[in-house]
Order: sequence, then C-alpha cells, then structure tokens
Amino acid sequence: MSTTHLNTHDAHDEHHDHDPAPHNVFGFWLYLMTDCLLFASVFATYAVLFMNTAGGVSGKDIFELDFVAYETAALLVSSITYGFAMICAHNKNKSGTLSWLLVTFILGGIFIAMEIYEFHHLIVNGNGPQTSAFLSAFFALVGTHGLHVTAGLIWMAILMIELVVSGFGSRTVTRLSCLSLFWHFLDVVWICVFTVVYLMGAI
Amino acid sequence: MSGHSSEANTHGSVKSYLTGFVLSVILTAIPFWMVMTETFDKGPTYITIILLAIVQIFVHLKYFLHLNFSDQGKLDTYSFIFAAVIIVMVVALSVWIIYASNAMMM
Amino acid sequence: MSILGKLSLDAIPYHEPILVGTFSAVVVGALALAYLLIKYNLLGVLWRDWITSIDHKRLGVMYIVLALVMLLRGFSDAIMMRLQLALATNGDPGYLPPHHYDQVFTAHGVIMIIFMAMPFMIGLMNIVVPLQIGARDVAFPFLNNLSFWLTAGGAILINISLFVGEFAKTGWVAYPPLAGLQFSPDVGVDYYIWALQISGIGTTLTAVNFLATVFKMRAPGMKLMDMPIFTWTCTWANILIAASFPILTAVLAMLTLDRYLDFHFFTNDGGGNSMMYINLFWAWGHPEVYILVLPAFGIFSEIVSTFTGKRLFGYKSMVWATASISILGFIVWLHHFFTMGSSANVNAFFGVMTMVIAVPTGVKLFNWLFTMYRGRLRVTVPVLWTLGFMVTFTIGGMTGVLLAVPGADYVLHNSLFLIAHFHNTIIGGAVFGYLAGFAFWFPKAMGFHLNVKLGKAAFWCWLVGFFMAFMPLYVLGFLGMTRRLNHTNNPDWNIWLYIALVGAFIIMAGIICQLLQLYVGFRDRKDNLDTTGDPWNGHTLEWSTSSPPQYYNFAKIPTVSDIDAFTDMKEKGEAYVRHESYEAIHMPKNTAAGILISGCITVMGFALIWHIWWLAALGLFSAFVSLVVRAYTKDVDYYVQPDEVARIEKAHLDSVAKG
Repeated sequence: MSTTHLNTHDAHDEHHDHDPAPHNVFGFWLYLMTDCLLFASVFATYAVLFMNTAGGVSGKDIFELDFVAYETAALLVSSITYGFAMICAHNKNKSGTLSWLLVTFILGGIFIAMEIYEFHHLIVNGNGPQTSAFLSAFFALVGTHGLHVTAGLIWMAILMIELVVSGFGSRTVTRLSCLSLFWHFLDVVWICVFTVVYLMGAI
Repeated sequence: MSGHSSEANTHGSVKSYLTGFVLSVILTAIPFWMVMTETFDKGPTYITIILLAIVQIFVHLKYFLHLNFSDQGKLDTYSFIFAAVIIVMVVALSVWIIYASNAMMM
Repeated sequence: MSILGKLSLDAIPYHEPILVGTFSAVVVGALALAYLLIKYNLLGVLWRDWITSIDHKRLGVMYIVLALVMLLRGFSDAIMMRLQLALATNGDPGYLPPHHYDQVFTAHGVIMIIFMAMPFMIGLMNIVVPLQIGARDVAFPFLNNLSFWLTAGGAILINISLFVGEFAKTGWVAYPPLAGLQFSPDVGVDYYIWALQISGIGTTLTAVNFLATVFKMRAPGMKLMDMPIFTWTCTWANILIAASFPILTAVLAMLTLDRYLDFHFFTNDGGGNSMMYINLFWAWGHPEVYILVLPAFGIFSEIVSTFTGKRLFGYKSMVWATASISILGFIVWLHHFFTMGSSANVNAFFGVMTMVIAVPTGVKLFNWLFTMYRGRLRVTVPVLWTLGFMVTFTIGGMTGVLLAVPGADYVLHNSLFLIAHFHNTIIGGAVFGYLAGFAFWFPKAMGFHLNVKLGKAAFWCWLVGFFMAFMPLYVLGFLGMTRRLNHTNNPDWNIWLYIALVGAFIIMAGIICQLLQLYVGFRDRKDNLDTTGDPWNGHTLEWSTSSPPQYYNFAKIPTVSDIDAFTDMKEKGEAYVRHESYEAIHMPKNTAAGILISGCITVMGFALIWHIWWLAALGLFSAFVSLVVRAYTKDVDYYVQPDEVARIEKAHLDSVAKG
C-alpha cells in the first residue's frame, strides 16, 4: 500500500498543514510524568533505607554541604541560562541560542563533574554503594538524577550540532522546548534531592 | 494550532525567568544557611526546609516549566497534579507500610 | 572471563527430553512457516506492510498475533502443571522435577500477564481507539511501532530462556532474597528482569502515545464526556500504565543493581529490606490488574449496548466508576501481602479500601444489567462471552472481597484459594473480555466474519472448562493446599486435582476451537465478507469505516455531536455520504527503525543476561545511533492524493450500497 503514493510526495513538501509540535511537547510532558513516578519510587526506597547504615557511615558523616551548595548553584544558574536560550530560540536568534546553550552545557558539565568527584571520593574512602543499604539508596538516587543530567547533556550537544549544521529547521524549536522541559524538570528533582538527602541527612 | 497570544505566556520572558531565578536562589539559600549554621533547633529546621522546598517546586513549575491553567496549558497542569497525587500516595503509604512493619520487628 | 561471558555450551539443555522436543517442534514450525512465506512470496509483504508498518490497525493485529502465540505457550505451561499435579499424588514425584516445574510456573505467570494479556489488550486498543475518536492515527505512529517491537523483544528473550540457559524459579513476582544473587545465582532471574524491563518500557511508551492521542486528536466536537466507553476505559488503563509501570522499572532496576553490582537494596545483609521490593512490586502489580480488566469492562459495555440496540445505561456513572476504580486501585496494593506483618492499622486501611472498590465495580454490573433490561439482546458470540463474564467475574469479585478481610487472608494467603480467585477475575474478567472484543471487532479489523458455530463451541468449552479447572482450587484452598507445590501426599486432595486437570483439557478444546475458527474463517472468507463495514449495527465511529478500514481511516474527519456518534450520523442521514471532492491526506511512512532499535535493545538484554559486556555496550550504542539517525531522517511522510482518496471511497460506498 505504501508504494503507490510515494511519487506525489515531493510536490507537497512545502505546506505542512498540521504542525506536530503541540502533540510532541505534550507527549514529552507525559513521559516526564512517568519519569516523576520513577524518581518517586527511588525516593521512597531512600526514605525507608536511609537509616540502614549497617554499622557504616551515615549521611551526617559524609555529606559536605558547601560542596553540595556549589553543585546546586551550578544547576540553578544553568536553568536560567537555558531559559535565555529558549527566548533566543523563539526569536530565531541562532548565535544567541547557541551561546546560551553552550553556557548551560558547561554548567551542567560542572555539575556532573562535581558529582563524579563526590562519588569517586566516597568510593575510594570505602563508602561505596556496596557498603550498606543507605549508601546503595544514596548512590542510586543521586546517580539516577546524574544519569538524567548526562542524558540531557548528550541531547543538548546533539541539538547544538543540529543548530550549527542546519540552523533552525521546522522541528528545532520543538526539540529545544522538549529539552527545556527535561532540564527544568531535573531541577525540580534536584530540589527534592538536596532537601531530602543532603539537608535532612546533615541535620 | 496555537495562537500567538498564548505562546507569549507559555514561553516566558527575560523578566519572568529572572523573577523565578531570584526567588529560587533565595529559597535555596535559606535552607542551606539554616542547616549549615545550625541556628535553629532540629524540629523547626526540618519543617522550614520542607516547606521552602515545596514553595520552590511551585516557583519552578510556574516560572521555568510554565505550568498554567490556560486552555493551552491546563492539560499539562492537570497531568502534573495527577502525578503528584499518585506520588504522594505511593511514597507516603510505602513509608507508612515499611515503618510500621519495622516497628513490629523491634 | 571469556568473550561470551557466562555463555557456554553447558547452557543448552540438550539433556532435557521435554525441552529438546519443544525445541524441535518450534524449529519445524518455523521452517514450515518460512516455507509457506517463501512459497506464496509473502516475505516482502510481511516486511513492507506489517513489520515496518506504523499503521495502528496493523500494529494492533500484530499485538494480537503475539498474544495468541504467547497464549499457546502460557497454556502449555498451565497444562504441564495440571498434569504434574494430577500425576504427582500420594508421594509420586510425577514427571516434572522441581527445578523444571518452578521455571514452568514462573514462566506461566509472566507470560500470561505480560506477554498474553497485555499485548491482547493493547492490540485491541490499537485497532479501535483511534477509529473511535475519529483520528487518522495515533499521536506518534513511529513510537507505536517501536513500542510493539520492544514488547516483542521482551517476549523473544523470555522464549530464548527455554533453550539457552533457564528461566527464573522464583514465581512470577521474583521476591528477593530468593531472587537475589545469593539464592538465585543462575541467569533465570536475569532473563526475567530484562524481559520485563524491555517490554515494560514499550508499554510505558504506548501509554504516553495513546494519552497524547485521546487528549489531543479527538474529532472536532467530541468532548471528553463524548468519548466512547471503550476509549474511556483504555484511557484510564493508560493513565494507570503511565503511573505504575515506572515503579516496576525502578524496582527491577534496583534488583538489577543488587544482582549485578552488589548493592544492598533487598539483600539480607548490609541493611537491605526485601519488604520494600514486595511493596514496590505490588504498587505496580495491583494497578496492573486494573490495567488488564478496565479495557475489558469497556469492551463489555460496547457489546451490551450494541447488541441490545440501546444506549449504554448510565454512561457518566460508567466513566466515573472507571475513574474511581483507577484511583482506588492505587491505594490497595498491600492486600497482596497482608501477612507481611505490618501493623493492624495498615492492614485495616488497605482491607477497607479494597472492599470499597467493590462499589464502583458493582455500579458497572448494574449498568450492564439495566442496559439489557427491556432490550432485545441478540445472542451472538461476543454476547455469550459477556454473559459468561458477568457470572464468572461476579464470583471472582466476591471471593476477592473475602480475601480483602485481613483475618481471612491470614488463613487463605498463598493457598490455592488465592490462585482460584485471581484466575477467576483475570480469565473471567480480562480474558473473556478480550475474546469478546476479538469476536466483536474481528470483522472490522480483517474484513470477514469468523465461523459462528466454532465461536460458540469455543465459548462453551472455555466456560465449562474454566469452572471445572478452578472451582476445585477453591476447595483445595480450604483443604489447606498451598500454591507452587510440586507434588502432594494427601489423598483428600486427589479427586479435586483430577477434576481440575479435566477442566484444563476442556479449556484446551476451547482454544483448539478458536484456532479452527480462525482457520475456517480464513478458508471461507470469500463467503463471509463484511461489505458494509457495519456488521452489528454499531454505535461508534469505527463502524463508519470500511472493513478493514482504509489506511487513512477517515477520508473526511467526522464532526461529532453525540456519544453514539455513528448512530447519530445514521439517524440524521449523514452516514455514507458521497463527497464531491477530497483533500490530500498527510500520512507517515513505514519505517524499519522500530524493529532495528528494539533489535539492538534485545541484543543488549541478552548480552546483559549472559554478562557479555562488549555486546551489551554495542547493542546500547547501536540503538542510540539508530534513534538519532531516525530523529534526523527527513523523508518520513507523504500525501495521499485526492483522486486516490476518491477512488477508494467510491469503491467502499458502492460496496455498502450493494450490501
């Protein structure tokens, strides 16, 4: 069935009458809601396991709040820089979008680098995730967030390449909007992480 | 599909992003300060940082994720509210279940 | 470690005669199928029009084919178990040794729930929902194809476990610490994890896709409270999928970390808490049973109203009952583990909530009864399934309320009473529903009718077989027999085990009748064509299209002003209108990206099961690259020209006019 109609396709390439963008952004938002539930499950697990230190360290012993404050700052600033990138994108300002994306990318990179440093530091001091249920849950929760940020960075890199190579295509802004939701959503998750894990753990 | 007027309020402006940013910096700084300096007792600190986190989540939802109740945006908002309700139920009931069974084993 | 990880020739169970026999049968079957495909030159058609298709109707058919194949596999497991239990009495070991028997009951549960019931439900939803809301396809057609192949990938993994290595011996719930590395060091649980994980992601994406579809793509004029009831129940099922499957993903990921990286979520040592696995598993598992049964309720509603020729009684109460069942379904999960020993308050809360669910469910039953009241019920095959369901499900529901009493549950937990109860609801509710929907929408999807005599025979075999197979299990439960026993030594139980085996054979006769029905229906299809597209005098928009529907579904998107949109159109004389002209229709193109990406993911799953790390990395990387390439492919759509649409529509309307 598909072959008979292919020849006529080129003539109509110009007028894409129905814009898929609203569906895409809404669909992506729904996916984010499922992601929320995923994080909620890991949070619930952390909440029931955080006291099970098996004689090892507890959160109070290992969390360094000033370090976490810098991580948080990097992520928070990256949120507003992504916002500026979106404003430029809606004005079809290519260089503006690219520069703000680059700033966002660097800030996200700093966040991930700091998290890797923190994990590495814990593991070499004998506080790896294999040590206790508390540390398993801690690594899983913070790590899940970190994996999401990493995925966001890879996605951002691809979109930057897209912008450099072919500028604003018909779907570029839609893609940037989806990543925008993803990026700000990770910020919301991080609010929960620093409150529930780091701050409440350090009190 | 979407009119230009609704686009303006769903995308945000420099001003709204800055408002959200300043608010969230304040809402982040206060809890960190409270915990790091140990100015207050544990009880009030717990309550305050949880409340501030909830407020900050709303700030982010409004200024960064642009949730609203316009015709365009209300589906997103409702789906978030639904997810939030389910999350509260699943997390709260899970914690209740496990803590209660831990207590039975004491 | 070798380049193939843990995989070696020892993993092939060539010393197990049952498995070698099965393997030979599968190979012979596959060769026969390949021969037929080549002989009739169908390989190209299969690839172009089915495997790479992003048409929701064809994907729906493929889902149902997958479900039927998995039904045969899961049912083979069932009859093997019944046979073992009927033979292994009075201390006899029977023919299935425990390590094999344990895999059989685990595979039976996983396959029937995840790879039979779910694809069957999603298949019907795929075929019907976009048509019912007057849409040309789902919101994300490519994603739909990818979801199907992810589900199929999971099914393939679970079937590979038959012949390479082994499957989990833990029961379908895979509770740690039994499912942990310490007590299940083999690959069985890993097969379980990755089969569920991969298909679960496909299911989550399906839910997102269909939610975006029903919320954004309804025909003009169709408000939410105008959506056909089947679409509504599917929507609630999708909401439940979107809200609960991530919990499964998370809990399986944690079990994976325990098994692969020595984490301590659910282990006995290191402060782990296996109760949390059970808790989260059922926080998914309970909504899951509503995911299965709600669409079945929708199917019965459509059938009752269609075949009585009346409007559905209490449409609004039906929608709200569905909504309350869905929400309540999220706060009852602890009733699966009352005996875990949480506090009395916890057990009381979840017990009461569980009983409350009986109320909206009762509302539904009364709505169906009131719809039939003073109607002229045409007793067709779908109606038979519906009547059978109403009796069977009510019994299952009542035993469920009994189990919801925590005190009673302490006696009945993990006994065969429980097994009888959930088969009573899942077979009597969900499976009867899907088979009713299968008979109801078959002419729509395929364009010809099934053989009615064989359809009725299948129903009666299923119904009688069901009662003979499962009522004895209630008795055995009261007599104290627990689930998952490999052999028994209690003469009082024997007679009931024999009766249950006979029941299973009667169900088998029902399944054979269904296969025959498909064969005879296909053989005689020329005499039983559905030329009008509306064989049952239907109420909703799917019946306004031809059978099978045109690939673009609707030449002109209908405008809707009533719940029973097609009845409304027929009454106003707006059905089957010949239009002067048509507009070009924008359609997505078929693509091989879905099967490619899911193929890579399935390879990754297999590699992770066997610890072949390089292959896992390669599979993940290839999947990622394929996804990016697909995202930047430009040539993804085309236009159907107006004259082409006009030609197809004219042919359809001429055929309707002839009758």
